[in-house]
Amino acid sequence: MNAYLSVWRLRFVTGLQYRAAAWAGIATQCSFGFIFIMVYAAFYRNSAVKPPMSLDEVVSYIWLQQAFFGLIALWFRDHDLFRLIVSGNIAYELCRPCGLYSFWFAKLTGTRLSRTVLRCVPLLIIAVVLPQPYRLIPPPSATSLVLFVTSLAIGMLLVVALSMLIHISVFWTLSPAGSVLLFGITGEFLAGMVVPVPMMPLWLQRMVEWLPFRWTVDFPFRVYSGHIPPGEAATGILVQLIWLALLVVAGHWCMRRAMRRVVVQGG
Amino acid sequence: MKLFFRYMSMHFRSQMQYRASFWMITFGNVLVPFAAFAGVYFLFGRFGSLQGWTLYEAALCFGVIHMAYSLSDCFARGFDTFAELVAGGDFDRLLVRPRGTVVQVLGSKIDFTRFGHMLQAAIVLGWAASRLPAEWTLAKAFTLAHMVAGGTLIFTGVMMLAATMCFWTIEGLEIANIVIDGGREMTQYPLHIYHRAVMIVCTFVIPFGCVSYWPLLYVLGKTDGNAALYMMMPLAGALFFVFSLLVWRLGVRRYRSTGS
Repeated sequence: MNAYLSVWRLRFVTGLQYRAAAWAGIATQCSFGFIFIMVYAAFYRNSAVKPPMSLDEVVSYIWLQQAFFGLIALWFRDHDLFRLIVSGNIAYELCRPCGLYSFWFAKLTGTRLSRTVLRCVPLLIIAVVLPQPYRLIPPPSATSLVLFVTSLAIGMLLVVALSMLIHISVFWTLSPAGSVLLFGITGEFLAGMVVPVPMMPLWLQRMVEWLPFRWTVDFPFRVYSGHIPPGEAATGILVQLIWLALLVVAGHWCMRRAMRRVVVQGG
Repeated sequence: MKLFFRYMSMHFRSQMQYRASFWMITFGNVLVPFAAFAGVYFLFGRFGSLQGWTLYEAALCFGVIHMAYSLSDCFARGFDTFAELVAGGDFDRLLVRPRGTVVQVLGSKIDFTRFGHMLQAAIVLGWAASRLPAEWTLAKAFTLAHMVAGGTLIFTGVMMLAATMCFWTIEGLEIANIVIDGGREMTQYPLHIYHRAVMIVCTFVIPFGCVSYWPLLYVLGKTDGNAALYMMMPLAGALFFVFSLLVWRLGVRRYRSTGS
């Protein structure tokens, strides 16, 4: 356990070094947040129908999505790991006295956290002091906040478990670009990165219910605004945990399969 | 011009060497804007209309901007990776060749997998155009083509300006991505939904609005007054491009090699 913890910390501290990149990221995320909110505000301004979420709920959804982008974005991947597999340096990794799955899991989690820690705080501060309708309003109750933090943490682990599957798939495909792109885009859309799940048509919502993706993005952010009430959120967290267990077991299994037939590329 | 076509065929042949990967990425490039468009489609499905604009009218706006973006993304990405060229000192080699710098930088990278994006934009354009109740005339079709051309010039111009900044800073700048990606995200919707300030910036500073929103008003028959004025709006794109070209010249003149 100690080894995993220290590799996690190593990654975390390394990631914290890239401050300039973090500022640039904040600027980007901030402007995208503004654009999306302006678009939604325009849709809401003279809407004939009653939308499934209030504008305030959508605004908090957008700001949280921008603030925790690095934490929950599925497309983010570790090129070092790909290079290990393709170049054959994976042999070194296999010599280490620890499980490859947990080792990489810790690595990926560390990178994600360090990318987010630097970005989310300034962005959230900006979002809280903005004038209406752009302001991020606090959650309705302390319970919602606690549930949000919990579900976001599990959501991140879920994303890492999903992206582990992508990384493992490279053992078979050897070319990360294509398959990762397809999986990433589809997954993000179904997770609610483009539009929140309640905005989707019913047939798609029903499909999304049966997939793990929505539990990574859509669920935590709607728990924050109270759009998903605390009682429902508690059961949701249980579902999240079940998905997490399933995905980790599947990942372990795939990794073992991959290891059995691994061919070390090159010399 | 001939040189540029030589570059094009060279890149095309080299990318065709990895056929499976090429098609996978091209398909992925259809999917990215497809997901974005699905988002727009679902939002219209929920709300019905966007401040007086129907789905098909907004889709026309989306198609024009994405067409322009993908064209410049395909042919002008050389400017995007320009920072590496300067930092590595490789720009010196370009300078000693007896050809213009612009065409050489343009030719340094042409990404044909972007055809996927173009294809998607073309489908959206065709679909929106066929569903619109407005009558299509030659003048309107001409304006539309004009808009795409102007938009391409603007996106390319922004990339050039960002690349020019490398002469001073050596590094690439994130702000370019904000202008390019943010501009694309923003102007895929009609401009009148935004704050007045955004409208002014998008018309007079970086004339995105001049190649999408304003001429679209004419194409969709939402204007009264001088049609010719609206039709000529996309020329602002060319103007912006000329400005970028001049700034680029200025940058090249004061270029000092990093020496490595």
